[in-house]
Amino acid sequence: MREPWAGTGQLLRLALRRDRIRILIWFVAIVGTVAATVPALEVAYPDAAARQARAAILTNPSAVMMTGPAFGLDDYTLGAMVANELSLSLFVTVAVMSVLLTVRHTRSEEEAGRTELLRGLPVGHYAPATAALVHVAGVNLVIGAGTALALLGGGLEVAGSAAMGLATAVTGLVFGAVAAVTTQVTAHARAATGMAMVVLAAAFVARGVGDVIDSQGSWLSWLSPLAWAQQTRLFVDLRWWPLALSLALTVVLLAVSVRLARRRDLGAGLRPERGGRAAANPILLSGQGLALRLLRGTIIGWSVGLVLMAITFGSLANSLEDMLAEVPDLGAWIGMGGGDLIDAFAGAMLSFLVFGVGAFAVGAVLRLKTEEEGGRGEAVLATGASRLGWVANWFAVVVVASIVMLVLSGLGLGLGVQAATGSADAIGRLAVSSLAYLPAVLVMAALALALFGLVPPLAGLAWVLVAWVVFVGWVGALLDLPAGLMGISPVDRTPTVPVEAADPGPLLVLTAIAAVLTIGGLLGIRRRDIRSS
Amino acid sequence: MTAIRTENLVKTFGTTRALDGFDLTVETGQVAGFLGPNGAGKSTTIRVLLGMLRADSGSASVLGMDPFRDAVAVHRRLAYVAGDVSLWPNLTGGEIVDLLTRIHGGTPRRDARRADLLDRFELDPTKKARTYSKGNRQKVALVAALCTDAELYLFDEPTSGLDPLMEAVFTDEVRALRDAGHTVLLSSHILAEVEKLCDTVTIIRSGRAVETGTLGDLRHLTRSSVTATTAADPARLAALPGVHDLVAEDARVRFDVDDAEISGVLAALNEAGVSHLTVAPPSLEELFMRHYGDETVAAGA
Repeated sequence: MREPWAGTGQLLRLALRRDRIRILIWFVAIVGTVAATVPALEVAYPDAAARQARAAILTNPSAVMMTGPAFGLDDYTLGAMVANELSLSLFVTVAVMSVLLTVRHTRSEEEAGRTELLRGLPVGHYAPATAALVHVAGVNLVIGAGTALALLGGGLEVAGSAAMGLATAVTGLVFGAVAAVTTQVTAHARAATGMAMVVLAAAFVARGVGDVIDSQGSWLSWLSPLAWAQQTRLFVDLRWWPLALSLALTVVLLAVSVRLARRRDLGAGLRPERGGRAAANPILLSGQGLALRLLRGTIIGWSVGLVLMAITFGSLANSLEDMLAEVPDLGAWIGMGGGDLIDAFAGAMLSFLVFGVGAFAVGAVLRLKTEEEGGRGEAVLATGASRLGWVANWFAVVVVASIVMLVLSGLGLGLGVQAATGSADAIGRLAVSSLAYLPAVLVMAALALALFGLVPPLAGLAWVLVAWVVFVGWVGALLDLPAGLMGISPVDRTPTVPVEAADPGPLLVLTAIAAVLTIGGLLGIRRRDIRSS
Repeated sequence: MTAIRTENLVKTFGTTRALDGFDLTVETGQVAGFLGPNGAGKSTTIRVLLGMLRADSGSASVLGMDPFRDAVAVHRRLAYVAGDVSLWPNLTGGEIVDLLTRIHGGTPRRDARRADLLDRFELDPTKKARTYSKGNRQKVALVAALCTDAELYLFDEPTSGLDPLMEAVFTDEVRALRDAGHTVLLSSHILAEVEKLCDTVTIIRSGRAVETGTLGDLRHLTRSSVTATTAADPARLAALPGVHDLVAEDARVRFDVDDAEISGVLAALNEAGVSHLTVAPPSLEELFMRHYGDETVAAGA
């Protein structure tokens, strides 16, 4: 192949032109959060004593899972606090961003046929993917630099701020490179995104469990690119070399991606498409059949992922027991006995798993928009199906799948806890408890439905609520956000079962909100134009 | 000079043999038609010629170069329009025309040619691509391709989304390209289009070239349709060598005759006396039906 990179510069300009708004939103969301967090932490933890008190509760497994390896806990400075409690969410966010952007500019373009349009011009074999990766790397560097400046602006020291900015950028880069590989493997953008997200989830769990095993990072942590960024011991005892691991992995992944790219044709995955049924089976032809069939892969993927995560989270309960054994006063000190402590831990883990169910539900409802804009909704409606029936059946499938996922999350968590602690009733109790989150999930799904029905161009804004739910759940308490802001999150409104009683009041309010949104969405779809492009 | 040559090209996707020993030759300055039903391998061939697919075996050369290895160099000298054009939904048609011409290596043309093409194709360049119909998306790609000064133009079912008026505009443009000495390869399953435009035709079925040559060559292999008002006995005519499918109504007879036997038939008609006679070349439609009609059904394709 000669001139394999011809035209890369032009394609890079095209990517920037297409993403100018998108990049701005990511930049403002990420760098703005960092810039706002540092002063907020200063307000919430004004002195060393307050920070030290915070440090004391950080060794419990649910905290470790959602933060990072515990460096500098004996002298918990503001910098150490930022590094420990903000870095993981920052790294995960840029990782998600990088996966989405990489897939958007590689496999999505190829699947849509636009890569063919470009490759018909004097554009080299590797130019589209190279331009995409340079683009993603550039966005990561800009966000990394912005992060470093935001930290400096918050009064933190130069080397640590620079290292955290760089760690942000290279962590994004690693996951962009992961997506560069998954986009070669499968011919479908959605599947490529899913595979890269599975890798991210695995990295998240490996880092978390690894750090629970050893609070400064065990062998398991070191398997995770998220850990490498955190193992720089930002603001505590800075070392740069773990970032070399990230860069090395990026290079390896890109080399793999190039090797795979050489072996395949434009538009193809690594394996030829398999055939399917020649005729529809009866399930597909039932009222909910089409929605079920189209969402099947998504439902199975999320369910398996949630169960595995739930079991892993649950099994961390044994280190809680170890902790209690080592520090017998701990239970008394935070006002809980051993059993309550496990319940509190399980409740916290359950609320994290609900993020996944909510994200599934919103994504699945928004698939309606993809269906509509691809002209497939029109095809269904033209057969005589009512609009209400089409949307209501779809929504019903999403609701039932969400219930199943909640129960599966509870079962998985219970299984893990029961195996770890021998507690006899954990499985049943947590499976039932998980249903307390159903109203919260319904609110998220119903908001997506309402936006889809009433203002379809803005339907994507339903993700803002999901992002807020995750943000509040992850760092809301740490930042001591006002209750009013936290309360926008329906998950925050839900009692932390099983440690708190499932008070029906807030659950009924959430259910009512979900009902109103659902009805609004259904009325909207009956009145508005059907869009297609 | 040969602009395109493929020999014994084979391309498989899994167990499907999309190209099965395909041969194609297009001489420089010709308008070559590439005719076949859906799934015959037309787009696969064009993608091999563009270096987007790598053939499993056989050889291909485009403008004297290897289309896979030298893809970029080849593409500098050709322009391509796909059958199903996908555009960036949030860019306007005008932006996309400029972008595509720019990447092709020219500065975006803001001259009379661009304006003329937009005008003749009745394309509003200020609309976002998401609002374009299939035909309008295709027009964007056609305008961009026709704005570039290429030696070779590849069109994959170029008129599949165009209405008859726009098709006529396209036909004019292709004729202008030929008059200016450019080479054109266009694939189609619309016979009239190929008949109207092309110097040579290659018919492809199940990945193989089943017929190739000028329109004249192809017709030479075939039959002519004869309609006559004659006193000749229909049964005697039907018995003549080379006569097929004779239908008689009063004094009018219609039949097909092998072109090799035509003088004998004319002599017989002349002998009996003939008051009206038309001998028409077969339409490409008939050629096509003979190649694909029964066989396609039999193959279950």
